[in-house]
Amino acid sequence: MPEARVIRLHPDGPEEPVEPTVPGRGWDASVAGGLEFLRRRLTGDYDTDEFGFDPDLTDHLLLPVLRPLFERWFRVETVGLENVPDVGGALIVANHSGTVPMDALMTTVALHDEHPAARRFRLLGADLVFQVPFIGAMARKLGATLACNEDAERLLTEGELVGVFPEGFKGVGKPFSERYTLQRFGRGGFVTAALRTGVPIVPCAIVGAEEIYPMIGNAKTAARVLGLPYFPITPTFPLLGPLGAVPLPSKWFIAFGAPIETASYGPGAAEDPMLVFNLTDQVRENIQQSLYQLLLKRRSVFS
Amino acid sequence: MPPAVVLVTGVSRWLGGALAGELAADPSIERVIGVDTVPPGPEMLRRLGRTEFVRADIRSPLIGKVVSAASVDTVVHMNISSTPGGSGGRTSMKELNVIGTMQLLAACQRAPSVRRFVLKSTSAVYGASPRDPAVFTEAMQARRVPGGGFAKDSLDVEGYVRAYSRRRPDVDVAVLRFTNFIGPRIDSLLTGFLRMPVVPTALGFDARVQLLHEDDAVAVLVRATTGDFAGTVNVGAEGTVLLSQAIRRLGRVALPLPTQAMGPLGKLTRRAGITDYSPEQMRFLNFGRVVDTTRLRHEFGYSPRFTTAAALADYGRTVAPVVAPELVSGLTANAARAVGRLASVLDDVGRTTRPTPSGTHLQAVRDA
Repeated sequence: MPEARVIRLHPDGPEEPVEPTVPGRGWDASVAGGLEFLRRRLTGDYDTDEFGFDPDLTDHLLLPVLRPLFERWFRVETVGLENVPDVGGALIVANHSGTVPMDALMTTVALHDEHPAARRFRLLGADLVFQVPFIGAMARKLGATLACNEDAERLLTEGELVGVFPEGFKGVGKPFSERYTLQRFGRGGFVTAALRTGVPIVPCAIVGAEEIYPMIGNAKTAARVLGLPYFPITPTFPLLGPLGAVPLPSKWFIAFGAPIETASYGPGAAEDPMLVFNLTDQVRENIQQSLYQLLLKRRSVFS
Repeated sequence: MPPAVVLVTGVSRWLGGALAGELAADPSIERVIGVDTVPPGPEMLRRLGRTEFVRADIRSPLIGKVVSAASVDTVVHMNISSTPGGSGGRTSMKELNVIGTMQLLAACQRAPSVRRFVLKSTSAVYGASPRDPAVFTEAMQARRVPGGGFAKDSLDVEGYVRAYSRRRPDVDVAVLRFTNFIGPRIDSLLTGFLRMPVVPTALGFDARVQLLHEDDAVAVLVRATTGDFAGTVNVGAEGTVLLSQAIRRLGRVALPLPTQAMGPLGKLTRRAGITDYSPEQMRFLNFGRVVDTTRLRHEFGYSPRFTTAAALADYGRTVAPVVAPELVSGLTANAARAVGRLASVLDDVGRTTRPTPSGTHLQAVRDA
């Protein structure tokens, strides 16, 4: 039986671009970097993990696309990054809003670009996300996976930073009049995942996402026909067509609160529904409080 | 205690033949009996060595006579067909898979000599849907029970084997849930699929694919036959690739098609005899499936030698790429070189058109 060996895809051909990609060399270095990225993509010469996460694509295409939105459009300010551990698993629980889950993407950029350990944010998404063509595949490549206890616990045991939005579609699809009021927090599945793996829960409050697509109506019939949980009507969508898809440039804050540790309860505590409910409420209260505080701090919606 | 008499069903196919050949090469095993409906080809016959071939249909009661007459003590059941094309249509495929297994199990239940039963099952029993967890362990079940085809047959077969295990608690039953096989010699769903120069894929989906190299598959089967593991175990290589990535690594061209078009296309290619895939395999190509192999490595005691990527690369040696990676890297390197030249030309132009003030500065320092 032959020994296991790695067979190189291009044994002797010229493989490295001749021009070394010196940082700061300018436009030609970035073009060379782009060409090298293109070569990797075309020959499949990159790694993906069992969840379908594609770090190469995320770092070189998806994050650079999101970065201008993060820096210029929403001018996101992050608070309390020291509450997110540098290494090891943690469960980040955040409020969900904005008609389109832009808050999840911006938090991904925040944790990668602003956290000293440049952490990867592994999001948990509803099954509907993975049913939809393109969006489902792209979500997996960005590091997301299905919101179920099996996946959450597997990621947390591997020491990943897992993100969950327990409000789900109730949060993203709520009318503008209910902005910044938290919806029901699921069934507490995220708390059991944290308890079983003994990782801290980091509450995260996101301010600004509510105003990007103010949802003033919900076309329920259209939603039913399209099989969507809601069909948003905003002041600009569908009135202005594709132009309505441009988010309003609200000012954003992402605040990470003090971690709530769960290790001391022991893994058996996940079987205690009362404790699970209490912890769920504690996290929910915590996020609601920081939302109010951030709103007081913000001078106006757009500045 | 090594087995004395081993019966292998489905011996005329590559994997069954390879297993029987390995077992026949082991002098501690007295007899190896291979059963199949079609006789093995000449090359396979050479591999089989001292294996005794019995041409029998496991759907007929004849199999019972074979088991009792030879006092078989270990049965390896591999005669489960994954594609309707290979067994003459879906009806006869289902009959072979389900009725064949029932007949074989009936024979094994009657035979007191049998003390070990190994089932070659598949990870397809976990189904494939957007509601699946990313990684399946042996304790999990399909979120959406497979509605038909190979996966449904395999679920039924596993059910019958469990029932047999309850009725004959003295028999050790090992159920091996294999991921997709790949390798230079084996003929599997994916090897046929990826051999096409243009590979149709589902538009907007990208499956996570976990593979198993043919050599590892044979090694696991040998270990299951001669060892003492009882229970269910997932068998797959370490690591995964995305379907799009596998297609690119092999230098194929992906042809993303809307899911609605895949069914008719499948029928067309099946009729043309190019490749053979069913709706449930299409779902697999949409979402993929990954299994946890902790039990394989720790309880069963085997770590696959090939990772998924290495197995794919080994298979890639036998298929000529349509888009050679050397071509791509050559082109991008040329482009990068051209950009570098352009940059240096522009630098030179810049230097000649506006003389750098640095000279005067240096002068000043030297004077001081």
